[in-house]
Amino acid sequence: MWPAMITFEHVTKRYPDGTVAVEDLDLVCPTGQITVFVGPSGCGKTTSLRMINRLLEPTEGRILVDGNDVRERDASVLRRDMGYVIQQAGLFPHRTVLDNVATVPMLLGVSRKEARRSAAEQLERVGLVPELGKRYPYQLSGGQQQRVGVARALAADPPIMLMDEPFSAVDPVVRGDLQREFLRLQDDIGKTIVFVTHDVDEAVKLGDQIAVFATGGHLVQVDTPERLLAAPANEFVADFLGGDRGIRRLTFLASDRVGLDESDVVDSTVAPGLLEALGDAGRDWALLVGADRHAVGWVPTSGVPAAAAARPVERTFNPAADSLRVALDSALLSPAGRAVAVDDDGRVLGTAAHADILRAVTDEVARSQRVEAAS
Amino acid sequence: MNILSGIFDWLTSADNWSGAGGIPQRMLEHLTYSVVALALAAVIALPLGLWIGHTGRLAFLVVNLSNAARALPTVGVLILAVALVGIGFTPVLLALVALAVPPILVNTYEGVRSVDPTVPAAAKGMGMRGPQILLRAEVPVALPAILLGLRTAAVQTISTATIAALVSLGGLGRFVFDGLARSEYDQVAGGAVLVAALAIAAEGLFTLLMITLVSPGVRRRST
Repeated sequence: MWPAMITFEHVTKRYPDGTVAVEDLDLVCPTGQITVFVGPSGCGKTTSLRMINRLLEPTEGRILVDGNDVRERDASVLRRDMGYVIQQAGLFPHRTVLDNVATVPMLLGVSRKEARRSAAEQLERVGLVPELGKRYPYQLSGGQQQRVGVARALAADPPIMLMDEPFSAVDPVVRGDLQREFLRLQDDIGKTIVFVTHDVDEAVKLGDQIAVFATGGHLVQVDTPERLLAAPANEFVADFLGGDRGIRRLTFLASDRVGLDESDVVDSTVAPGLLEALGDAGRDWALLVGADRHAVGWVPTSGVPAAAAARPVERTFNPAADSLRVALDSALLSPAGRAVAVDDDGRVLGTAAHADILRAVTDEVARSQRVEAAS
Repeated sequence: MNILSGIFDWLTSADNWSGAGGIPQRMLEHLTYSVVALALAAVIALPLGLWIGHTGRLAFLVVNLSNAARALPTVGVLILAVALVGIGFTPVLLALVALAVPPILVNTYEGVRSVDPTVPAAAKGMGMRGPQILLRAEVPVALPAILLGLRTAAVQTISTATIAALVSLGGLGRFVFDGLARSEYDQVAGGAVLVAALAIAAEGLFTLLMITLVSPGVRRRST
């Protein structure tokens, strides 16, 4: 694979009737990263995407891939080097799933046998079983069709992927799965991806870099998701990001500095006096763990520490991997109001109260501001 | 019962199945007129319908002209053509082609036009060129409609090729018109039965083509 950086230089798209879809766009989509174009409808995000593979041509300015103007190459040949995924998948109804995926390699002159072999690999890569390859698109669910769409775009191993609202047409649960798997896949393949969405949550979740467009085709801000949430460039961006901006920022703050307490972690051999002492200290609940130190549930300090009486632990957080958002959620879902920290193997490390987590939030925000000021 | 047994006798009489003017010869003539007319109509209407469906250009004009052409009485066209070019195969062919073009043209156009627009859009975005998009993406999906147009045209052409006899040509129409002239109604009805049998055979042929040529993914039936 070769590096592929996409550069917009003063790109304007104006239609004959005078409508300006994109105005003087300057933007770099770095190699191997996901750049998300987000904005309300009519903001020029899809128009910008479609100018990269020449489905549309700029009125002014130019678009470079690795320093070369895209208009130097034949449009059809150029497109075969760029994976393209659209909202409704656009699968060919008359071709089997396998032959759909084999489309671009066959356009590039690869033999049918070879194209089908690599197509089968791509299906596996997007989490579809090989048997599905023999089916026709109408026999697949919406989510499966989208996966085939992604596999088809990946089939010729293009350095660039252009994705136009690829997950918008499926239900939220399936969308969540597709997003998670997409990120896992990108870890693997490291393509230069341009991803268009109108869903700001999706942008924050998937983007290494987010480009926010406003109506009229203006690029308002380009930043990492974290910086975007922390410091929106103006009121438009702030409004567009929505009300929970502060809470959503927690997603980008690490939970490894949350102070943990082990005193309320007990097993079934606990001395009754210890539970009493916990109760006296104002702790109504203790966390019961098994012999392997996996959480069994919350038990009242006023009773016996029996598994049968335990209230379940609905969510835990891993300080080494999870954000403060997960930690806070864990605390809010617990009857004791305390989050349960676990290690990579699910063994309980300790518990933390709301207050401990909020203290960590204050520290992390201050730290990230110091980092920002220093940079 | 008399008529039925009369037809049966006529159809099974050995004399009618041999020699010049026998059933095999008339049937061959009839098929020749029909196949030539259908082929000519397809050569005109298929490319035009595909092009209009693919580009969306001239659609309004062509659809309206086709519908107007459907209203033309074929016998009228035949007589007009005879007046213009004289007696022979040409005026018959003109009349039959004029009859066969509209269903092929309109069905082909509608078939291509009604392909889910995301299919050609994805094809283009993947790097297919115009003719590849048409032949590899649009035609296979539009094929049921295209075959339906051809089938309708074939059945109409076979039924109507009877009129060749009106201008002194052969075909199964000879039995019908000669029978009428001589008041031999068994022959009239027998000829009509043969025309109907050919039309039904054409239906069957196109149904078979539909099953073998159209992808199971488009027919939405498992193989």
